[in-house]
Amino acid sequence: MVTAVISDADLRQRAWNAAAQVVDPEIPVLTIVDLGVLRDVVVSDGHVEIAITPTYSGCPAMNMIALEIELALEREGIRQPKIRTVLSPAWTTDWMSDDGRRKLREYGIAPPLAGSGRRALFGEQSVACPQCGAEDTEVLSEFGSTSCKALWRCRSCREPFEYFKCH
Amino acid sequence: MTVASIQVSETPLVLYTLRRADDALILGHRLSEWCGHAPAMEEDMALANMGLDLLGQARELYAYAAKVEGKGNDEDKFAYLRDVRQYRNLLLLEQPNGDFARTMVRQFFYAAFADLYWRAMMKSGDPTLAAVAAKSEKESAYHLRHSSEWIVRLGDGTEESHTRAQTAIDDLWAYTGEMFAVDDSERALIDAGIAIDPASLHQRWLKTVLDIVSEATLALPTSNWMQQGGRSGRHSEHLGHLLSELQSMQRTFPGATW
Repeated sequence: MVTAVISDADLRQRAWNAAAQVVDPEIPVLTIVDLGVLRDVVVSDGHVEIAITPTYSGCPAMNMIALEIELALEREGIRQPKIRTVLSPAWTTDWMSDDGRRKLREYGIAPPLAGSGRRALFGEQSVACPQCGAEDTEVLSEFGSTSCKALWRCRSCREPFEYFKCH
Repeated sequence: MTVASIQVSETPLVLYTLRRADDALILGHRLSEWCGHAPAMEEDMALANMGLDLLGQARELYAYAAKVEGKGNDEDKFAYLRDVRQYRNLLLLEQPNGDFARTMVRQFFYAAFADLYWRAMMKSGDPTLAAVAAKSEKESAYHLRHSSEWIVRLGDGTEESHTRAQTAIDDLWAYTGEMFAVDDSERALIDAGIAIDPASLHQRWLKTVLDIVSEATLALPTSNWMQQGGRSGRHSEHLGHLLSELQSMQRTFPGATW
């Protein structure tokens, strides 16, 4: 019998690379690494376990993301990966990568302001328009088309836009 | 054919967790009833979003209650296969939506409490409850800001909106006391450092509520008589109607899945 010798470290890297390709179904320019949703990959005795954290408690994208991870790993030949949801530490927009923030802006969504504390939540916000860059913007609604976004409008170019909320 | 209700072994921790899960599910369901009916598109999305946050909190809590109970129940069984008298939510949260002002006053009274409550619960000695609290606290903060702004806008708006907001406050006030009540079962968890004593939050809650209500040119009732019962399964007639809708599919087609 021939056994392919793959070390746990190699397997972990392959599993991470595969999972890292998965994108948010509602914001397809962001991978789950950009978002900070992919927390860890653990390998023991050839079994792979992926830890992900939900952005919002009721975010319906989480089920889809878990399924996409399973498919991505199966495509890599990694059988029956286990997906574990971790709640602690709670996800925060501070985990979003700089690359992710840039991609969001280019996609037309204003990225979350840095600093996710309650002061950022309740303090004065200045969100730059992702279309024209103007700072003269106003909030239309705290809640947008998905749990993670709010609806804003630019007073300069008059374009409405979405803002990825601080959390 | 209908399917029978499940039995639940209500140890203190299971009961505690179900109470908070029921709070979130019932209020979340009430908010979802606005979907497609809110006064503006933005508000329709806001109410559905908040309902979704609450549904997510409910799922995490039901899943934990099932794990702690260890009797083969799960989140769906808790939601779909318990009768009215087995529900443990606050009476405030099952009250009908009424007009938009009433929905906002109910939301405001509860969000002002939930925001403080979950923040305090982040220090729970139970790691799962502390983790749920850490997520819920952030969401509650948004719910509080949203409903606070509406209370001010409605109270300090037209004569019509002022009257409606004041009527809602007068009608719902008697249900707010239950948020701060504690029974023996919960006292044991508080003593063990698993739960926090909600009475310790009362003064801060009252200050938040008074600040906003005053800014809105509204007033709180002077009566201190408070209605209780939800935590022990004695509900208003409204919960039965809500559950008949929420549970009809599973009661009619047991085990049906999408």
